[in-house]
Amino acid sequence: MKGTVGFQAASRAIQQSSPDEMKRKLPRGSLRWRYLKQQIFFTVVRLSALIISLSLGGLILYITVQGLPAINWDFLTLPPTDSMTKGGIMPAILGTLYLTIGAIAVALPLGVASAVYLAEYAKQGRFIRLVRIGINCLAGVPSVVFGLFGLGFFVVFLQFGSCILSGALTLGVLILPTIIGASEEALKAVPQTFREASLALGVSKWRTIYKIVLPLALPGILTGSILGIGRAAGETAPIMFTAAAFFTAKLPSSIFDEVMALPYHIYVLATAGTQIELTRPLQFGTVLVLVGVVLGIDLVAIVIRSNMRRRKRW
Amino acid sequence: MDDNHIIELNGVNFFYGDFMAISDVTMAFEKNRVTALIGPSGCGKSTLLRLLNRMNDLITGTRIEGEILFDGKDIYAPEVDPVDVRRRIGMVFQKPNPFPKSIFNNITYAPKLAGITGRSDLEYLVEESLKQAVLWDEVKDILDRSAMTLSGGQQQRLCIARALAMKPDVLLMDEPTSALDPISTAKIEELIGELEKNLAIIIVTHNMQQAARVSSKTGFLYLGRLIEYNVTEKIFTNPDMKQTEDYITGRFG
Repeated sequence: MKGTVGFQAASRAIQQSSPDEMKRKLPRGSLRWRYLKQQIFFTVVRLSALIISLSLGGLILYITVQGLPAINWDFLTLPPTDSMTKGGIMPAILGTLYLTIGAIAVALPLGVASAVYLAEYAKQGRFIRLVRIGINCLAGVPSVVFGLFGLGFFVVFLQFGSCILSGALTLGVLILPTIIGASEEALKAVPQTFREASLALGVSKWRTIYKIVLPLALPGILTGSILGIGRAAGETAPIMFTAAAFFTAKLPSSIFDEVMALPYHIYVLATAGTQIELTRPLQFGTVLVLVGVVLGIDLVAIVIRSNMRRRKRW
Repeated sequence: MDDNHIIELNGVNFFYGDFMAISDVTMAFEKNRVTALIGPSGCGKSTLLRLLNRMNDLITGTRIEGEILFDGKDIYAPEVDPVDVRRRIGMVFQKPNPFPKSIFNNITYAPKLAGITGRSDLEYLVEESLKQAVLWDEVKDILDRSAMTLSGGQQQRLCIARALAMKPDVLLMDEPTSALDPISTAKIEELIGELEKNLAIIIVTHNMQQAARVSSKTGFLYLGRLIEYNVTEKIFTNPDMKQTEDYITGRFG
């Protein structure tokens, strides 16, 4: 081994330029070509940003233009009528809100607790690596698989039936990996000096985490939750078998009731109705409302987060 | 154990994995005295300091041999809870690290969790600690303001006040002024002189003038060994060991 190292050093010495050669190799004089390269690179970067913004803007513009005419007070406050060709989508809005909030209520405490364990307590070794790989795999599982799992476990095995509870639990499991991942990153981003400061004052590890680390990590944790919210509100497959009703004008009275939900309603209107063309405006209206609901919940989380950030600067 | 000693180390070895960071250190720290630990970077002085309040427990794969007696009891005995040790042995770090809370809450944070809840008790504690840390006059009207708005030197004095609020018997200081300007440094050195009346202070420093100014005894560490430990004046004027002399005269390190 030592011989190899010696040999490499020797061959490097042979290849190495003398100071004069080095000076010659270093570019001098005209910088035009390098300036041009820089311009090309900047253009590519700018273009990428432009394409992303344009496609997002185009999408939102298209949805808004197509959907806005359908939206009025009745659309937002009435249940569907006339085999869903008229009326509103109020039960679906409410259903999606219930399911999303339920999913967050399930996944946030569980996800944060897992992240605290992984980031703060677990001895970093092979087992924890395996757990992390498992969580990442879970994040990549197609959502319909979660739907089938929810059907098999919550609906059938635990006999909850198709209802808000089953749907919220299924969506909760679906967004768990996102929340765990984001929370763990947020916990790791809290500077070690705060932990040391607290521990050095004779504060126990658990209280240090609870009183110092978690509050500091909360903005980051909320970012993860926002991603989770978007996913939970928008998924169709997981709630298809576990919570969503094709049609029910009745508003849910308990967590054991079936609900309508926006994504599933869009799916139904667009594929299962007898008058798909007739309901096109309603479909776009529903899409717009779904995007609005997701953005609305996101906005709440973003406001909470920025408030916290302002208070907790370091 | 000598009555004058607050902490005694007997044949202490310390390992990070296979690397021996501290080897065979035996020394005693006195009550109501400032002791300085000096030595080149990586010599183990910070490690040694962090052994005294079990902060090295936080690093996995470390191991200690020998005993560290605090008030006559081995702080590494299995029945000892490190939380109790740290309540009685406070610490101030190299970089000021106040919590992102108000000045008031920075100081009351640990005492509250330790069981002091009365508002008047807490207010008294805040005033007393801030006065001890010579910060009271500067912040008495802005106790509700975030500690992050203070200057670096003020933040460091707040960290000292925060440690003092737990009424420790010993205060460990890990290069407490290396991130501060000369005026803030002077204030903290002055403060150290005042605090000495009430508790033992052990200070790690890269600044040899600082060690000479504030401490009554100085230990010189090199490569994890305690090369020389003596009265500060002797160390800086007439050291017994050649390595010590080379270091303090700037011939290496």
